[in-house]
Amino acid sequence: MLERDTLQSVFPLGAAAALARRRDQVTSMGELHRHPQVIRFAAKLRGLTLVGVLAASSALAQSDPGAQLSASTSFSALDEIGAGNVQRLTGGPVFATGRFGGQAGAPSAAGDLVYIETGFPNAIFALELAQASPSVAWSYAPEPDGRARGLSCCGRTEFGPVLSGAKLYANTLDGRTVALDRRSGNKFWETKLADLSNGETLASPPVVADGKVLVGNAGDEFGARGWIAALDAESGRILWRQFSTGPDAEIGIGPSFSPFDPRDRGTDRGVATWPPSAWQHGGGSVSGRIIYDPELRLVFHGTGRAAPWDAQERPGANRWTSGLFARDPETGQARWFVAFGARDPYARGGVAQDVLLDAPWKGSARKLLLHPDGNGFLYVVDRVSGEMLAADPFTHTDASPEPAGPGAVAGPVPSPDENVVVRDICPAWSGATGAGSPAFSPRTGLLYLPVSRLCMDFEPRHASYLAGTPFIGANIKVKPPKDGTSGALVAWDVQARKAAWSMNEPFPLAGGVLATAGDLVLYGTLDGMIKARDARDGKLLWSFAATDGIIAQPATFNSSNGHQYLAVMTGLGGGFGIAERNMLDPLDQSAGLGLAAALSRLPTLRERSATLYLFRLP
Amino acid sequence: MRLVVVMPFAMLALAGCQREERSLRLDPPVEAGLDEVRVMSNGIGGAPPKVYVALGRPYENNAFDLDQGKRLYDWFGCTGCHAHGGGNTGPAFLDGWWQYGADPVSIFVSIRDGRTAGMPAFGRYLTTEQIWQLTGYVQTIGAYSAKTAAPSRNDEMQSRPSENRAPATLGALQPPSR
Repeated sequence: MLERDTLQSVFPLGAAAALARRRDQVTSMGELHRHPQVIRFAAKLRGLTLVGVLAASSALAQSDPGAQLSASTSFSALDEIGAGNVQRLTGGPVFATGRFGGQAGAPSAAGDLVYIETGFPNAIFALELAQASPSVAWSYAPEPDGRARGLSCCGRTEFGPVLSGAKLYANTLDGRTVALDRRSGNKFWETKLADLSNGETLASPPVVADGKVLVGNAGDEFGARGWIAALDAESGRILWRQFSTGPDAEIGIGPSFSPFDPRDRGTDRGVATWPPSAWQHGGGSVSGRIIYDPELRLVFHGTGRAAPWDAQERPGANRWTSGLFARDPETGQARWFVAFGARDPYARGGVAQDVLLDAPWKGSARKLLLHPDGNGFLYVVDRVSGEMLAADPFTHTDASPEPAGPGAVAGPVPSPDENVVVRDICPAWSGATGAGSPAFSPRTGLLYLPVSRLCMDFEPRHASYLAGTPFIGANIKVKPPKDGTSGALVAWDVQARKAAWSMNEPFPLAGGVLATAGDLVLYGTLDGMIKARDARDGKLLWSFAATDGIIAQPATFNSSNGHQYLAVMTGLGGGFGIAERNMLDPLDQSAGLGLAAALSRLPTLRERSATLYLFRLP
Repeated sequence: MRLVVVMPFAMLALAGCQREERSLRLDPPVEAGLDEVRVMSNGIGGAPPKVYVALGRPYENNAFDLDQGKRLYDWFGCTGCHAHGGGNTGPAFLDGWWQYGADPVSIFVSIRDGRTAGMPAFGRYLTTEQIWQLTGYVQTIGAYSAKTAAPSRNDEMQSRPSENRAPATLGALQPPSR
């Protein structure tokens, strides 16, 4: 009975039955109960058995029957809304937050409450869906520190409440992590983590791992030194903090660290690969999502671009920026590291979101980590050892991966000279992907990537470091590619290592993608469309025109009445929406680091308001 | 008769020289006096220092000072937040729409003391004269009317119409779309 309850609470009826049919492939119900965070899906696919690991936070699996959205694969097991009936989807309740600006967080649901966190100034709303129009059960709006507004820069910015047990955790742009009571909104604790005077902010949601709340900073563009910190989930006390640059002791590099690339096995590489003292303001922020694998007891996080963007000012390999760390959540000690961009001369960073997957690789079952990088390559990494298994371009790219392949030795990396314009570099600094999360469907075996095809002209300029002020050193124009559209949704066949299909989009896809067991792929666009495509062939099945642009990932959940809802937050902002949010002038082609002019053809939408749209079947 | 012909040209030439006159070092009392702006209590607008007026508002119409301001704009990372006037995390100047006032005193105070919405205080990094030079240059980016002086041309990738084609904004100013 206990097992059945667990299943029922983890999956809605249909999915639970489907899973029960595949009982032989699920390791065992007992194990599922002991490790409720790990949910295994099994799907027969072209004779191969793909097992997608949903490294969901324990909260999602244990106590939120509706929200099976995994932190890593963005796959929902709900299938009431499917490819067959999505055309009948009707607008349900709408909730206008009364706020203006970018909304980059997916809603979360638990029981009869839906939680949203708005962009800066961050506020958290808990909504009741029982009535015809949602009513606010509680809201939490801390006094914002306005300085953070000027520090919100360049690329991935995402907020979203994280539910765990009776608590709700959230980060605010102005540097705080708060823990609230999920039912009442009362504050348990608040910890100030980021130092705004050094250009640090928080730009991604926290992650709960084993009684700890993990938080990473943002602020590469201000020369902030990247770090990841762990807080005690009960008290908010800082347990450890590990940096991305500097001496080994501050990075968490010790005896347990074994990077796959032998060049990274020296001591104090985080100092030696930089000009003297440049590591102190070298960037490498942890501004993407942190992913926890409860089975391996490892957390994975990318590190951001090196600062400044002018690579001539930082000769060396610039460890440990633009790569990926695996850490022990207990102590923060690093286990391995892989670099994605050699010196990253075009500032694409390494914080695009990873997907954890258990799948066969060349005949043997491997625990994989897929990393679609901003430089246009999809890296396949063995997440136990950190071995790089493959690097394949998923879109047009001029970059070369580092290392060029398993066993390859990277040569000297050319970086552009100061005050010299390099034209037509693809992808642009904003990355081929990375602003939004990809989704993986174990039913199709496809990885759905939100892709930007923008290119750029790039002129490195000398930059001086002044604490709390921009440290970029680049003069950039961004433009659409010479041929083709500015965006695309690419369905990548992980086993075949090639794109199964690709659907053009007029604008870069800046929001995340959601895949569901109903064989749907859902995403929002900068011009305010919510689209549902067939997960198998990409056919457009349904779309909805919202009143504002979308940079948030759609979410889906079962409400307390047992019916599946689709939820999307609108509100243009973030890196791609910065022109709209900050009222930039596209007459200057370098405005918004070039994005304002590149996206100046975004339509003027009817209403500038952050709104939660909910859809359901009639 | 010849003198009558030559004199206006000579005067014009001299006036032109003054427009580009270089002040290499300010007298310390003058520099101290230039810091004494009297700002309205809301932090926007106010009276310029007396010495600024007495000097003939040099930082608004001297090409050398405007050019120094343009170099400082690049050197001190202004482009990081404001691009070349189009804005980024900071507001645009090109559109002539000034959140904290278009007058030199407001701009001077914004640079020196910072603003609460994210503008850092540069008073600790720049001299008073440099802040005035920067003020003069920033004002030309989003000027309402043409100036009699302009900074020299860009030495970097051109991304917008140059300053000597001011005013950047023509006709009635439209508020930026919100």
